Amino acid sequence: MTLEAYADTIVPGEKRHPDDHAIAGVSEGPGSVEAGAIELLETEATGVTAGLDFLVPMLNAHAKAYAEEHELALDPSLPEFVALSYEDRVQLIVKLTKNGHPEKDGWVSLALFCNMAFDSAPHLSTAQAIADGHPGLLAMGITKPDADGLWRFPNYSYGRQLAELHPDTTPSGSPA
Amino acid sequence: MTSDKTEVLIVGSGFGGAIAAYHLAAGGAKVTVLERGPWLESKDFDHDFLLGSSYTRAFDFVVGDGMSVLGGNCVGGGSVVYFAAMPRAPRFVFERHGSIGRRMWPAEITRDTLDPWYDRVSESIPVSQQDWNDVTYSGGLWAAACHHSGRTANPTPVAIDNAKCTNCNWMMGGCQFDAKRSLLTNYLPAALAHGATIRPLHEVQKIERTDDGGYRVHYNVIDDVDYRVHTESGSIEAKIVILAAGAGATPVILQRSEESLGKMPHGVGRYFSGNGERLNTAILNEDKVREVLGLSREDGLAYEANQIGKGPTVACWDRLDENLPEYSRYSMEQLYFPPGLGTILAQVPGGDAPTWFGKEKKEILKRWRSWLTIFLMTEDDNEGVFGSPPPTGNAFRVSQQMLGRGALKYDPTPNTLSGWAKADAEVKEIMEKDGLAKIAPWTNDVVGAYTVHPLASCRIGDDAGTSALHPNHELRDHPGIFVTDGSAVPGALTVNPAMTIAALAERAVPGIVKAAQNRGIDVKYGAPSPDGATSGRRGVTKLALSLAGD
Ligand SMILES: Cc1cc2nc3c(=O)[nH]c(=O)nc-3n(C[C@H](O)[C@H](O)[C@H](O)COP(=O)(O)OP(=O)(O)OC[C@H]3O[C@@H](n4cnc5c(N)ncnc54)[C@H](O)[C@@H]3O)c2cc1C
Repeated sequence: MTLEAYADTIVPGEKRHPDDHAIAGVSEGPGSVEAGAIELLETEATGVTAGLDFLVPMLNAHAKAYAEEHELALDPSLPEFVALSYEDRVQLIVKLTKNGHPEKDGWVSLALFCNMAFDSAPHLSTAQAIADGHPGLLAMGITKPDADGLWRFPNYSYGRQLAELHPDTTPSGSPA
Repeated sequence: MTSDKTEVLIVGSGFGGAIAAYHLAAGGAKVTVLERGPWLESKDFDHDFLLGSSYTRAFDFVVGDGMSVLGGNCVGGGSVVYFAAMPRAPRFVFERHGSIGRRMWPAEITRDTLDPWYDRVSESIPVSQQDWNDVTYSGGLWAAACHHSGRTANPTPVAIDNAKCTNCNWMMGGCQFDAKRSLLTNYLPAALAHGATIRPLHEVQKIERTDDGGYRVHYNVIDDVDYRVHTESGSIEAKIVILAAGAGATPVILQRSEESLGKMPHGVGRYFSGNGERLNTAILNEDKVREVLGLSREDGLAYEANQIGKGPTVACWDRLDENLPEYSRYSMEQLYFPPGLGTILAQVPGGDAPTWFGKEKKEILKRWRSWLTIFLMTEDDNEGVFGSPPPTGNAFRVSQQMLGRGALKYDPTPNTLSGWAKADAEVKEIMEKDGLAKIAPWTNDVVGAYTVHPLASCRIGDDAGTSALHPNHELRDHPGIFVTDGSAVPGALTVNPAMTIAALAERAVPGIVKAAQNRGIDVKYGAPSPDGATSGRRGVTKLALSLAGD
């Protein structure tokens, strides 16, 4: 649940059901969690999987300290990070990923993969993911490939001169 | 532990490595190339973001402190993943002073003296000028925006066979259609035809001297799928060693070799330049593209074409003006960066912090098709320095492929920052004019500044204090070791560097041949272009003789 809340802060989505606590529900349409962030983080090839067991309690400890500092009362039935509001989750992640934070590398790679789950779905084959309606790739408007799984764009150019050339262009087409 | 012998050992198979490999093999030397990445062919170049597809197999992304470097990791090196924009560097670049306060290039190198070598590369790869029909929607849009604000814009010279190109925009993962003229289509097959050996998945760790004045090069063999795993190790002895592992890796190998080779010149692992790079993401107003620029596609859309194309096709060179002061000259080139690498660092233009993640960031991701990326190449201050080398390779590997943590530290000076700011401001002025778009630079807060054009970490120069290599690319105080990759380029080029790296490598070869002869290797200089063409060779014949010291 804690990781879902982290992923949802990077690319937020809408709640899956009314008492969905992990997803803050600040954005319409699916976000990183529905795009497969947890599946991606649990893919060994990322190199972050083994670290998750450490990152989760660390994140909750940071959330607890953040709540104390800001005098926030957290719902004791939830992991501390999940109990934070979306705005507070954002502020905490800003702090953890700032230059100079000793754990910056870990939190940045977590954010990188949460973002990638949405924008490129590297845990899935791209053509298949699009065919299956992957929410991130679809939201971005990535088009379907040809039948052989490859992309080709026969129309690609406005086909006319759109600016004057630099006067010092050499015959090789380079700057002088 | 296996041990072997060769005459010329080359580390890395990108521009620097492939060009040297071809000429030395064609001249008769026994050449072995060790390449840390896999050997991929056209059929392996996927249109797929799946981890383990060519997108992750062929890349190396190293996060440093203040600077991250993206490079190639496969036979063919950066040429397999590059966008194939191949302009020559403008004349003033060779006169630059940079951080040392006097001309930083060797006295004998100017644009005029390098032009014949550029010609050789141009014939060999080959490189051609684009026309407006080759220019993609994104390039056309950039040209039209430049024109609208009173500027010029040029189709860039490229190494692409346009007849084969499908404008799929997957060229960063390698070209399935062989339209991109990577080194896999010219220098490397020609080197193989002349008997060179290429060993993929061999990562060089260090070099030591042998009793007879040659060198022993130590390597690890890397697992084909999980690059974190080393399956064995070994060494090769050679009379000449050519380092061409790229500007993010060559200095690290030398640093690690210091214990066995002895002290390195001061310039090794210092003066790194990121080519002054900045990336800006414009989010276009489609209506304004139609109204203000008068553009529309065959299918009636105005633009919405971020996914379509072939990397950079148009650049504005108005600021490559030798009369402007240093640190205020730059080029502005349209570029495509795919999702994954290309969206996390994009910021919400004019948004409240945080601008690289969160609610509003998601909203701009939904407008991704209307993105236009502008790539700025400015004059930085060579401020990058490599810290202690990691145990192996040039980074601690994090992911199975691609992602690692390195020891490069880059703290931009006021000169660099002001160059970046000027370039950012100009591209904002162009793209936001009359409401065309909203634009913001990529953030440096997440993984530091970001370069695909690492340079100058072992640079050539006339004086020992500020360069690692003699003007002939031989490592100072270590005869028989040459560096021919991007690390040899003295500083930022204000344009894409591969053409200049390649021209310098061509220029270095006659001197290396001479050194090889002096070490008893039976080798000659004078091969034609990889496809047999000879006009480039004719152009450099006299120059080659003088560089070889005859
Ligand atoms: C996405 C992308 C797009 C680009 N587009 C352009 C463009 O359009 N125009 C342009 O001019 N430039 C472009 N570049 C930059 C260009 O690719 C590089 O400048 C160029 O490849 C550098 O050449 P090089 O010989 O220095 O090193 P590389 O081509 O990087 O070759 C170095 C080789 O050494 C190998 N290696 C590293 N360490 C070791 C080791 N320890 N042992 C053995 N092998 C090792 C690497 O795997 C690699 O194959 C682009 C780069 C990227 C990443």
